[in-house]
Amino acid sequence: MSRARADEEEYWHSSKFRAFTFDDEDDELSQLKESKRAVNSLRDIVDDDDDDLERVSWSGEPVGSISWSIKETASSSTSSLEGHDSSLQKGSSSYAAFPKQASSYSLSSLFKGRNKLPSFQSLSDALSDTGVKNYAPELRRPRAEYKDYSSDWSPKDTVIRMQRGKVCSLERFRSLQDKLVLLDEAVAGHDGNVITAVLIFLKRTLRREILFRELEVRQVALCHLIHFLKETGEQKFLLDLLRFLDRTEEVALSQYREHLNIQDVEKRREFLKGCIGLPFSAEDTSHIQDHYTLLERQIIIEANDRHLETAGQSEIFRKYPRKASILNMPLVTTLFYSCFYHYTEAEGMFSSPTNLKKTFKIPDKQYVLTALAARAKLRAWDDVDALFTTKNWLGYTKKKAPIGFHRVVEILQRNNAPVQVLQEYVRLVEDVETRLNLATKYKCHDVVIETYRDLKDRVQLTAYKCKVERGSAEEEKINSILNN
Amino acid sequence: QLPGKKDLFIEADLMSPLDRIANVSILKQHEVDKLYKVESRPALSASDQFCFLVRPRIRTMRYIADIINADKMSGRSRKYKIIFSPQKVVIVTSVPNLDVTCDEWSFYLLPLDEDIISMELPEFFRDYFLEGDHRWINSVARALQLLSSLYGPFGKAYGIGRCAKMSYELWRDLEEESEGEGQGRKPEIGNIFLMDRDTDYVTALCSQVVYEGLVDDTFRIKCGSVDFGPDVTSSDKSIKVLLNAQDKVSPHVPWGNQVPQWHQEEAEQRRRGMDIKQMKNFVSQELKGLKQEHRLLSLHIGACESIMKKKTKQDFQEMMKAEHLLLEGFDIRESTSFIEEHIDRQVSPIESLRLMCLLSITENGLNPKDYRSLKTQYLQSYGPEHLLTFHNLKRIGLLTEQAAGDTLTAVESKVSRLVTDRAAGKITDAFNSLARKSNFRAISKKLGLIPRVDGEYDLKMPRDMAYVFSGAYVPLSCKIIEQVLERRGWLGLEEVVRLLNGNEFAVSDSTVEDNPAWDSQRIILAVFLGGCTFSEIAALRFLGKERGFKFIFLTTAITNSSRMMEAMIEAKA
Repeated sequence: MSRARADEEEYWHSSKFRAFTFDDEDDELSQLKESKRAVNSLRDIVDDDDDDLERVSWSGEPVGSISWSIKETASSSTSSLEGHDSSLQKGSSSYAAFPKQASSYSLSSLFKGRNKLPSFQSLSDALSDTGVKNYAPELRRPRAEYKDYSSDWSPKDTVIRMQRGKVCSLERFRSLQDKLVLLDEAVAGHDGNVITAVLIFLKRTLRREILFRELEVRQVALCHLIHFLKETGEQKFLLDLLRFLDRTEEVALSQYREHLNIQDVEKRREFLKGCIGLPFSAEDTSHIQDHYTLLERQIIIEANDRHLETAGQSEIFRKYPRKASILNMPLVTTLFYSCFYHYTEAEGMFSSPTNLKKTFKIPDKQYVLTALAARAKLRAWDDVDALFTTKNWLGYTKKKAPIGFHRVVEILQRNNAPVQVLQEYVRLVEDVETRLNLATKYKCHDVVIETYRDLKDRVQLTAYKCKVERGSAEEEKINSILNN
Repeated sequence: QLPGKKDLFIEADLMSPLDRIANVSILKQHEVDKLYKVESRPALSASDQFCFLVRPRIRTMRYIADIINADKMSGRSRKYKIIFSPQKVVIVTSVPNLDVTCDEWSFYLLPLDEDIISMELPEFFRDYFLEGDHRWINSVARALQLLSSLYGPFGKAYGIGRCAKMSYELWRDLEEESEGEGQGRKPEIGNIFLMDRDTDYVTALCSQVVYEGLVDDTFRIKCGSVDFGPDVTSSDKSIKVLLNAQDKVSPHVPWGNQVPQWHQEEAEQRRRGMDIKQMKNFVSQELKGLKQEHRLLSLHIGACESIMKKKTKQDFQEMMKAEHLLLEGFDIRESTSFIEEHIDRQVSPIESLRLMCLLSITENGLNPKDYRSLKTQYLQSYGPEHLLTFHNLKRIGLLTEQAAGDTLTAVESKVSRLVTDRAAGKITDAFNSLARKSNFRAISKKLGLIPRVDGEYDLKMPRDMAYVFSGAYVPLSCKIIEQVLERRGWLGLEEVVRLLNGNEFAVSDSTVEDNPAWDSQRIILAVFLGGCTFSEIAALRFLGKERGFKFIFLTTAITNSSRMMEAMIEAKA
């Protein structure tokens, strides 16, 4: 008898699985709330006249600051259209912010407490000092400067002069040899501006093939030219260079990149079609193909749905008007859209989810996640249920998911699923600790109680009693378990 | 410099820096009539003179050219002046010759805090590390020249990375030319340490958990100030707050027990006794300060609440777990499937990219199967045009695919995890000689970047720089600096240097008198080429406190993982 009791004690007392309750976090937040309250109550002590503080506009910029003033210019220039509006905003929302602390601009505080040298100059002084200008002379100097220039500087001197921002004519470097020495000196000088300047000169004065050939063995200079061409948008020259260098993949990518600048969807689609044949890697070719197919589908779906929506016959569109067009959206977004508006369509339809899944070989996991999110958003719990129900050959049904059930719960919860729906999936979470966490968090009392029962954790179960409503079915359930 | 009334056009990203040193009334003194933002909107103005304050960018030049040409078409004649900041670069001259005068606003250094100077050149990262363009090296050299003209020569220079080396050399060239000026001056900054961002991508890719880092990741700090939106201010407006060491309430020096300065002053005043005038002064000055602090405090509390809300929503815990697993190199499968799910659920595209890059760098590239499947899913979730992003990430080395032979590294890391003695080291070395890679795992082991923690890491009593990542990881960049300063050179770090792909240097300036007793020996200018994060700043501040150093930061820009990832995305022209 006594032994049995001891066993029972042991049986009940092992309170290993203490559910992590989010109360902890709540505590921290409430602590913050405490401090907030304390700080706010201080407001009464600190006298509240704000006159001496800077005024700021509705956007939070101090009135008189540059960014504020620019917005003002912008809004006043459109004031004929919406002047009423902007004056309203302005009037209602000036308030105080903190004056800037001018002392922060000085580095002198760095040396606070150390022996401050008399010669020490603070950075802010230095910056306002016009003498600093000497470090950054203009690249383009007044005409008079041209006089001090000599025609027999060595390439090195030329580069050094250019680095210091002085004007130099490069025209006198005539032979290929001279030009290349100049380029090499520029590269050795580490100043990208000079390198680019020399390259612009070479680009203008050398035959393409020669320039390309020489750059092939000068990687740093080559990078500069490629970057220059990209920035200035000399696409044709760039492609020629890349082709010469046999960088076929870059040729392809660089052409593909242009689609970003095409606004019109029809033109974009045509352009992408042309990209399919470009020399991409095998893997990327299929991505490009998918990109084209996706846009093609989107154009069809968009045309149909816009029609449906304006006709006003379809209930789903009436109930949930579209917020944006589906054009140029990612595949997963498109799938979500189609699960939302076209869930039940037959596979033959371009807009049906199953069609998308097949065409783009969307993995099961991705499909289920997206379909779940879409159907949950519509609160179509039956569809959710069907998504996870599988039948084996004996006709038994079973719930299965390619993603963890804790994720399913999370998504459902975010869409405000009722507890009855939620708890069905919480129950399926395999990891006991996670299950307890989720069940406690989302108040799925039955699941908590059952889990503790299965764990034979009497202590926790007793403790949980105070979390359920008095006299509720849950409390009864706990009592009956405890009494058994 | 352009006399008479004029309209000023300012580029958006120059507004915040200008705001910090000037305001509208100063501009008005310079006869600026109206202010416009440079954007693709035709300007309607009656002014006879236009002044443009811009970054040297092709896009902006085209915008200006459009305005000028439109004026020409309509027969208007105006004077135009373009001011480039920080300097004019050659590329802008490629836009067809315009009849304008040009100038430069040599704005190289923006002090963000008492120990942080930013060059505000966020494009440095992409231009140098992705495109291989050296155009900003000159700017870095000039910034160094400016600093050394203010604070005397740097006694000792250390550095790692190709760009560090080039910047240092170009700066030396500039110095040599102006030799004589700084001769014989006593150095006020004894040491300088230059580092390329690509020496350590891992640290920059980690989620930040120090306060400023969190604020930067969540709200984006611009030029040292942050816009707190309505959810923080608990009103319908947003407020701009300057974050720096003067602000005594933000918890960015969590362990310090400094008495706020005004307390000291206040105490002093009390001791001396105050007359009426002083009293009045005290009330108007000090109480104003109090009030401001009170308001700031409530803002920071609001910010904390908002961060906490966001973090709990994004299952931050899970993400941190995955990140720590990646750093430690355990259970890569689990982290990979976490990332996969992240992508499938269309959680932020930038976060997904960041996690993939972290996986790639810590594992020396993804195995081909994972690479393909993650890439495909990414393109499906966030858009096929990210094909270009992947290409960029591959070029810069942030997200790579292991070549067929490299799969050995997977075996290697497993082996070295199993065997913990010296044999493992040998195996690692043997495998590493096969390819030049990020080698994070090996470096991490050599430098002990993953602290062995017995029990909880007490964040209130930080033991090492790992505290900036809740005790899970010592930032590599900072560890390198620590090691080199400790050894006064690279001696004994040969293996690490080899794994970091070399390009290290340590130079003593023989013309500078070297007196170890000088305070300047304890001061280090840490130069980050390509950006540094608030976490790194916090870590080095901590190191400075521990070892009696004082770090000053010079960075091309403050960066974080999102900015780095965004720099890799192709935008339309």
